[in-house]
Amino acid sequence: MSMTMSEKILARASGKDKVEAGEIVMANINIAMVHDLTGPLAVKGFKEIGTEKVWDKEKIVVPFDHQVPADSIDSANNHILMRKFVKEQNITNFYDVNQGVCHQVLPELGHVRPGEVIVGADSHTCTYGALGTFATGIGSTDMAMVFATGKLWFKVPETIRYEINGDLKENTSAKDVILNIIGTVGADGSTYKACEFVGQTISDFDMSDRMVLSNMAIEMGGKVGLCEADKKTDEYLKGRTDKPYKGFISDKDANYETIEFDVSDLEPQLACPHNVDNVKPVSEVSKPVDQVFLGSCTNGRIEDMRDAAKILKGNKVADGTRMLVIPASKEVYSKCLDEGLIKIFVDAGALVTNPCCGPCLGGHVGLIGPDEVSLSTSNRNFKGRQGSPEGEVYLSSAKVAAASAIKGEISLPE
Amino acid sequence: MEGKVWKFGNDIDTDVILPGRYLIYNDEENLSKHCMEGLDEDFDKKAQKGDIIVGGTNFGCGSSREHAPMAIKGLGISAVVAESFARIFYRNACNIGVPLVEAPGISKKVSEGEKINIDLEKGIIKIASGEEIEFKKLPPFMLNILNNGGLIPWIKNNPDL
Repeated sequence: MSMTMSEKILARASGKDKVEAGEIVMANINIAMVHDLTGPLAVKGFKEIGTEKVWDKEKIVVPFDHQVPADSIDSANNHILMRKFVKEQNITNFYDVNQGVCHQVLPELGHVRPGEVIVGADSHTCTYGALGTFATGIGSTDMAMVFATGKLWFKVPETIRYEINGDLKENTSAKDVILNIIGTVGADGSTYKACEFVGQTISDFDMSDRMVLSNMAIEMGGKVGLCEADKKTDEYLKGRTDKPYKGFISDKDANYETIEFDVSDLEPQLACPHNVDNVKPVSEVSKPVDQVFLGSCTNGRIEDMRDAAKILKGNKVADGTRMLVIPASKEVYSKCLDEGLIKIFVDAGALVTNPCCGPCLGGHVGLIGPDEVSLSTSNRNFKGRQGSPEGEVYLSSAKVAAASAIKGEISLPE
Repeated sequence: MEGKVWKFGNDIDTDVILPGRYLIYNDEENLSKHCMEGLDEDFDKKAQKGDIIVGGTNFGCGSSREHAPMAIKGLGISAVVAESFARIFYRNACNIGVPLVEAPGISKKVSEGEKINIDLEKGIIKIASGEEIEFKKLPPFMLNILNNGGLIPWIKNNPDL
């Protein structure tokens, strides 16, 4: 009866005693999320199916985050369409333009619990795996089926356990760990696999760090990026959810592959254009930067803001470089205000905007032009991701981003 | 189905298939005008109805945007053949009725512009040289969805879900 964490969660969700990798199951969904960009197509699909009411108005979460506030008539129209759907269906959990990035908002507001199944019409839905949740990105038509039936088919994934040990050096962070893993296994190194992040380093990580790892599981093709729920998970959830939950862990004799990493000597890492697996140590790259972006569902949390503010305090963003700071949510923004971080950013010459996805997906604010270089704490550096296909995007931690903003070129934090 | 080949490399991500700034569109016609714009601005003008895209490994990696396979479908591309596909793209394409064929080794065997013939039922691609390449057919569950014309018709035909 040995099973992996994914097999246990999917067995429970599909009402079975046992499932195994490769099997197709029809799972009941606990939470379904769509945002302002993927919602409209899901609504269209739902209407085509012809079901009058969604399966459960309390289990659908709709945050607006990609184009907030609306930057064009087309995006305003998408917002109008989604607000109308929310009203028609009486959807309980709707967060308009003022709440923040979906993958930050859902855990913060208690929609993510260990052992449950969450689907989101956004590929970085795997972020919630940090809490031991089987959470994965799906397309809008799959979401239309979930809206109508509360169910979705899954092929039970095989599991790779990334066993990570060692204490990180001071200027190294969770972002460097995951970039190192992706650089090692490649952009398709975990395709269709459930990635589990285990080991002493992960146990020591707080929830924010774990979210960085889980968030980027998709960048190596992973279906989910799971951490085992523990006391830190319980602490995080205290005051956020009052619903009972039960986490699962893989049995020792379950069927999985293990890949070990020792991160004790790891240096800050950089994903270079135009693939997330094109990873080099920061020390090997010398490059002037036009724009630095601190934010996103990967590194827009209060911990990242603190890391960056510590380095920026009393310093200035270099001439010729612009820095965009986008706290990932209202909660993060508010904490930044309380802790005086916004003043540090503004005094340093950075531009602080409302919580949103920002330039991460190249569809809203802060796009880059031809031949411009962006250093970003987000999760993707594909050609054209942040604007012009002739631009370049590098990915790093918040610490490297802040140090580089001051120097005007890609730099190690001192 | 028979069509002219357009070749692309490895790790073709959904941002180059359909850049983020066009996600405001929700219809195949508007999306198709920007198909593959990240790599070739004029692809929408060059591609003809019935043409076939041939990619390398990890085709469709990145975002869950269904707008990407919709853009491909909107151009009238009849199938995408690749060494391997990323997971969400694979599902999305199947859900909207775009046939995907996973054929390891294909990109070394075909050239841009040549005509190839795909037999989905038999699982065979016939390339210009006359060589026949076998590929692994879709799993029966997914083939059933595709044969129904996509996920929504499949749901309508399975009311007892």
